[in-house]
Amino acid sequence: MRSLRLLTIGGYISYRALFGWLNPYMYSFTTLLPSLTQLAFFVYLGRAAHVGSDSYYVAGNALLAAATPSLFGMGQAIAGERYSQTLALLVVSPASRVAVFLGRALPATANGIFVSVWTFAIASAVFGISIPGRSLAPLALTIAVTSFACVGLGLFNAALGLRWRETGVLGNLLLYVLLIFAGVNVPLDRLPVWLSTLAQGLPVTHGAKAARQLVNGASFNHVAPLIAAEALVGACYTLIGITALRLFEFEARRGATLEVA
Amino acid sequence: MAFGLGVHFKMLSRSPFDLWVVVASPLIFATLAHFLFAYGHGSRMLVAALASGVMGIWSSTTASGAGALQTQRRLGVLELLVASPTPFWEVLLPISVAISAIGIYSLAVGLLYVRLIFGVAITIHEWVAFVVAVPTMIAAIGALGFLFASALVRFRSAFMLGNLFEWPVWMICGLLIPVSVLPGWLQPVSWLFAPTWGMDALRGATLGSGHPWADIGMCTLLAGAYLIAGALFLRFFLFAARAKATLALTS
Repeated sequence: MRSLRLLTIGGYISYRALFGWLNPYMYSFTTLLPSLTQLAFFVYLGRAAHVGSDSYYVAGNALLAAATPSLFGMGQAIAGERYSQTLALLVVSPASRVAVFLGRALPATANGIFVSVWTFAIASAVFGISIPGRSLAPLALTIAVTSFACVGLGLFNAALGLRWRETGVLGNLLLYVLLIFAGVNVPLDRLPVWLSTLAQGLPVTHGAKAARQLVNGASFNHVAPLIAAEALVGACYTLIGITALRLFEFEARRGATLEVA
Repeated sequence: MAFGLGVHFKMLSRSPFDLWVVVASPLIFATLAHFLFAYGHGSRMLVAALASGVMGIWSSTTASGAGALQTQRRLGVLELLVASPTPFWEVLLPISVAISAIGIYSLAVGLLYVRLIFGVAITIHEWVAFVVAVPTMIAAIGALGFLFASALVRFRSAFMLGNLFEWPVWMICGLLIPVSVLPGWLQPVSWLFAPTWGMDALRGATLGSGHPWADIGMCTLLAGAYLIAGALFLRFFLFAARAKATLALTS
């Protein structure tokens, strides 16, 4: 029961604290509007390059919109504690680390879903993309699973924050990797074979592909393997993230290097 | 001001975050251009590298320029700087220009990257125009950062607000995306931003096309306009902040 409270209430309070320095309207300026301007950039870039249709870029980038709050939000799970000088207190507390960090991942996932849905809805209206009614439910599931996968990668980013202070730089680096190599903006067949193979292990790759097929009218059964692959990728990153958190925390305690990073 | 510019340039050059911002853009967007446009190793890839470099300069300006005053606030010196006899614009302007000036790394990395990785020959048609265009563009973008910082002096989240301008300016200023694919009404908007003219100047000087000297002139004109507007904003907002004792934004 204690871990459950830590997971839910702890995660909620932590996420509120993350945005404690923002007014509600700042949330729009920092999260909702940039997701749209970023998407518009790639739609027009796609038009200039004659690589894909507007729906190709809208679907891919709307899914990728979940990655920004996930990567940076989770990165702040460590950086924010260090900034407010509570990281050492957190580390010496008897609380379950899995509950603490998964608790912080839940609101990040919910936020990623919201940002992705918002981006999809507005961009579809602006660029005239119609989504078949029967695709809405599978699309919602795809968005949720992709957001979960991005948060898994975000957990890994948070873990790296125990070893390196610049989680913002790390988050940017991971986001750029997704921008280019996850098949969102550059079709995988344009990448070298080894890169397109690596892309299969990145969050968003399978989700974006599923979303595009759903927008084009594919059935749930048709995209189910892609959604399952995205979920598997997310589960792997979550596991890697939690393991890395435990490992880096152990090393930081042993070497007394928690604040040195 | 020259001393301030030098000091801030050195300080920024030692910041992992600021260096990342200016180094990442050319690597990421030149790579993107390579895969999307399949430019090969001709002059179009060279122009794409320059565009990626300009994106880096703009990125630095939006990421750090808009929040320049917040940095001083966080360090606890903003009130001291404002209260000192030195006019505050003389303090802020070198910071803003230094933030854009580290974008020179961005241009250098972009050119080096396409030369080493994609074998692009660095052939500049009009070297004199190119050499004049680079500092003029950086100064103009720095002046725009000064305007942002001045306008956002009373916002604790100026840093985040500045980021709002990153993608739109990348999109409308004819950097990687030709203006011809954008809606027509966006073109006049792009004329208000120094990166548009700076990129035109670099492109013209590199390819020997267009009117690079006219574009350099527009950069200079815009820089003057930004400086005047920034000074006015700064005067107005600082007066209001002092009158209400809200400069520190602690309440």
